[in-house]
Amino acid sequence: MADKPSAAELKDYAEQADAWFKENTVRDPGFMLPLTFMEVSTDEQFDFLRDWQRKVYEAGYLGASWPKEYGGGGLHSEFQRVATRAMKKYDAPIMLNAIGNGWAGPLILDLGTEEQKQKYIKPMLSAEDIWCQGFSEPENGSDLGNAQLKAVKDGDEYVLNGSKIWTSLGDRAKYMILLARTDFDAPNKYAGLSFFLNPMKIDGITTSRIKKLTGEYGFVQTFFTDARISADCLFGGEGNGWSMAMKTLEYERGAKVKPVGGFFVKELDVMEIVELAKNSVRNGKPLLDDPVMRDKMTQYMIDIQALNLNNTRRRMPQLMQDRPMGLPLMNKLARTELIRELTEFSLAFQGTKAGYYVGDENAVDDGYWHRSYLNSFSATIGGGTSEIQRNIVAEHALGLPKTR
Amino acid sequence: MDNLGTIGTTEEQIELMDVATNFCRDKSPIDKVRALIDDDLGYDPGIWREIGELGWLAIAIPEAHDGVGLSMAEVVPIAEQMGRNLMSTPFGSTTLAAQALLAGGSEAQQAAWLPKIAAGAAATLALREANGDWDMANIDATGVESGGKVTLSGKKLLVLWADSAELIIASIKIDGAVRFALIERSALGDDALRRETVIDETARSYEVNLDGVIVSADALFDAGRTRETLEKIELAAGLIHAAEMTGGAQSVIDYTLEYLKTRKQFGKIIGSYQALKHPTVNNYVEYEKARTHLYSAAHSWGEQGRGEVAVRMAAAQSHSSYSTSADRAIQFHGGFGFTHDCDAQLHRRKAILSGALIGDAAYQRSKLASLLFD
Repeated sequence: MADKPSAAELKDYAEQADAWFKENTVRDPGFMLPLTFMEVSTDEQFDFLRDWQRKVYEAGYLGASWPKEYGGGGLHSEFQRVATRAMKKYDAPIMLNAIGNGWAGPLILDLGTEEQKQKYIKPMLSAEDIWCQGFSEPENGSDLGNAQLKAVKDGDEYVLNGSKIWTSLGDRAKYMILLARTDFDAPNKYAGLSFFLNPMKIDGITTSRIKKLTGEYGFVQTFFTDARISADCLFGGEGNGWSMAMKTLEYERGAKVKPVGGFFVKELDVMEIVELAKNSVRNGKPLLDDPVMRDKMTQYMIDIQALNLNNTRRRMPQLMQDRPMGLPLMNKLARTELIRELTEFSLAFQGTKAGYYVGDENAVDDGYWHRSYLNSFSATIGGGTSEIQRNIVAEHALGLPKTR
Repeated sequence: MDNLGTIGTTEEQIELMDVATNFCRDKSPIDKVRALIDDDLGYDPGIWREIGELGWLAIAIPEAHDGVGLSMAEVVPIAEQMGRNLMSTPFGSTTLAAQALLAGGSEAQQAAWLPKIAAGAAATLALREANGDWDMANIDATGVESGGKVTLSGKKLLVLWADSAELIIASIKIDGAVRFALIERSALGDDALRRETVIDETARSYEVNLDGVIVSADALFDAGRTRETLEKIELAAGLIHAAEMTGGAQSVIDYTLEYLKTRKQFGKIIGSYQALKHPTVNNYVEYEKARTHLYSAAHSWGEQGRGEVAVRMAAAQSHSSYSTSADRAIQFHGGFGFTHDCDAQLHRRKAILSGALIGDAAYQRSKLASLLFD
C-alpha cells in the first residue's frame, strides 16, 4: 500500500473531494432513489446509478486505494475514507455495483490471477460491468453448503443446470459469482462445491423478476439450462467453492474490508427520525414531548452511536484483545436489525398517516419510511439471516458448539 | 449532532489495562470474593495497601498534590477490571471523593487531603437520603453556621465504605442551598454509623447520622462551586460505575459461556441449542456496545457537552447490558442458577446496587433525552 499521507495532503484531498461532491451530487433526480443496491427496480433508477458510479470513479473517488495497474487510484486507504466521508456529507446516492466492488472485486484482487485482475477490476469500478451473486437456491436459502446447481465438466467447458434465487440485479448483470456443485460424490457436501466467475449474457441463462413485499421489483430467479461456460471461469480451483464463498461472505458481512469507497446501503441518519418526531403531534403536542417516545428514541441514539464507534474501535487492537472477531462478526447482525427496528419505530410517529403508502399524496415523506421499513428485511434476511448470523457469532466469536 | 463523543485510547490507559487485568484476576479469585462476603470489613487490607502502592488512587490527582496527573480516563481500565473480578475495595468511593475535592474544594482543603488520598487513605461521599431521589440536590440534611462552626443534622444513606474512610464528604443544605462539608471519620461518634444491608453482598454501606456533628466552617466547600461539584460527582460516578458494570457484564457472559459449553441435557451440550445460543449472542452484542461507549466516555471525559452525553450513554448501556446478561445467566444455569453458589446472582445483585447509586438505565436516558433533543 501507498505511504501513509501527511495531514496536509489529506486536508487538500478532503477539500477537493468536498468541493466535487458539493458540485456534482444530485439528491433528487425526480424519482425515488434506492436506499440499497438490493432495491434497484426501474430502468431510470438503474441508469441514474450506473452513470453516478462511473462519474465518481472517473473523478477518482471510487477505488482510490485499489492498485493503479488494474484501474484503481493507487492511494493510501486514508484518502478513500476521506472521499467517502464527503459523499456521506452531501448525502450522495449509493454505489450500484455492490457485489462487484464490495465482494467480487476484493476477492479477485486477493486471490485472482493477473489476467483476471486485468480483465475484471476496471470495468467493475466504472460500472461498465455489473455483477450479481449466485449463492442462494430456491430449496437452499441460508444452507449455502447444500447448493445443488450442477456444473459438469465437458472438455474445456462446464455445463450448468439448475437455478439460483434472490439475485439482486440479476437481469442486468454481466457477471455472476456463482457457487455450483462439481462433484456429487465428494466426501462431504462442502467438498463438492466450486466457484465460478460466470458470464450472464449467454445462451441457457434466463431470469424472471420477483415482486418484493414493497410492491417493487429488484431481484430475480435465474435459470440455467445446459448453459456452457469456459473452464477458465472456474475461480480458486475445483472443489474449493466453499472456501471461496466463505471469503466472499467475509466481505459481504463486513468482517473483512478492502475499502472501495462509497456505500452500497445508505445509512439512516437518526437525525432524520428526530426531525420526523419533532414534526409529529400527539394529543396536540410535539411527539418528542412524550416520555415513552423520548426514552425509545434515546436508546436508538445510544445504539447507533455504539455501532458507529465500533467502526473506529475495530481498528484499535488494544480494545479488541479479548475477542478480536467479535465486532467484525456481529456488525451485520447489529446494524441490520437496528435499521429494521428504527424504521419500524418511525411509523409510530405518523399517527393516522401511518396508514398511507408510497403513491398517496398524504403519505409522510412520500412513503419513504414505510418503504424503508419493508426494504429493511432485505438486509436481515439476505447474506445470511439474522438467525444464521447469531449462530456465526456464537460459534466463531464465543466458541459455542455448532447447532445441528 | 455534534455533541456525540468519539473513541480513542492513551498509552497510559493501555499500560494500566494490562497491569489491572493481571492484578485483579490474581488477587480476586472467586473463592476469595465469596470469603469476603462474610467478612466485616469486606475487603483485604493487604490488597488495599497494594492498590495504594501501585499509585492507582493517585492517577486522577494533579502532580501538585502528589498525584500522577492523569485523568478519569486512566481510572477506567482499572475500575473495569475490578468489576470484572468482583473486587470490592473503597477504590471507587475514594476516587470519587478526590474528584469532588478537585471540583469544589479550596486550595487548602485539596492540599490537606489529596496527598493523603494519593498515598492510600480511603474517603467516601455521603449524598443519598431517605427520599430515594437520584437528584442530588433534593436533600434534607442541614447545617447551621454560627461562630465559625457548622452544626449538622440529618441522615445520609448508602455511604459506601464509610467505616474505612478517613474522610466523608457530605452534602447538606445551609440556608436552603446545597453545600458540601468535609467530615473526618474521627469526628463521628461510635454510634453514628449503622451498617446497611445492601443487595450487593460484596459491598459495604453505611447509614451516617449527622445529628450533632460539628465541623469547622473551613470544612465547607465554596458556595459558588456547588453546581460544578454536583455535575462532576455525577459524571465521575457514572463513568466509574459504567466501567465496573462493563467489566461485570464481560465476566458474567464468560461465566455463562463456560456453562453452556460443558453442561449436557437431552444428550447435547446445551450451548448448541439456539434457544440459549441466540439470547447469549444478543447479550454479547449489548456488552460490546457497552464497552465501546465506556471507552468513548473515557476518551471524551472533560469535554464540555460531549463528555456528559458520552458518560450517560455508557452508564445507560452498561447498566442495561449488565442487568440483562446477569438476569439471563441466572436463568440459563437452571436450578443451579437459583442457588447462592452460582456466581450469576453476585453479578445481578451488583448491577442493582450500581443502578441504585448512580441512576438506572432509564434515568440516564431521561437525562440524555434533554441533552439530545431539547
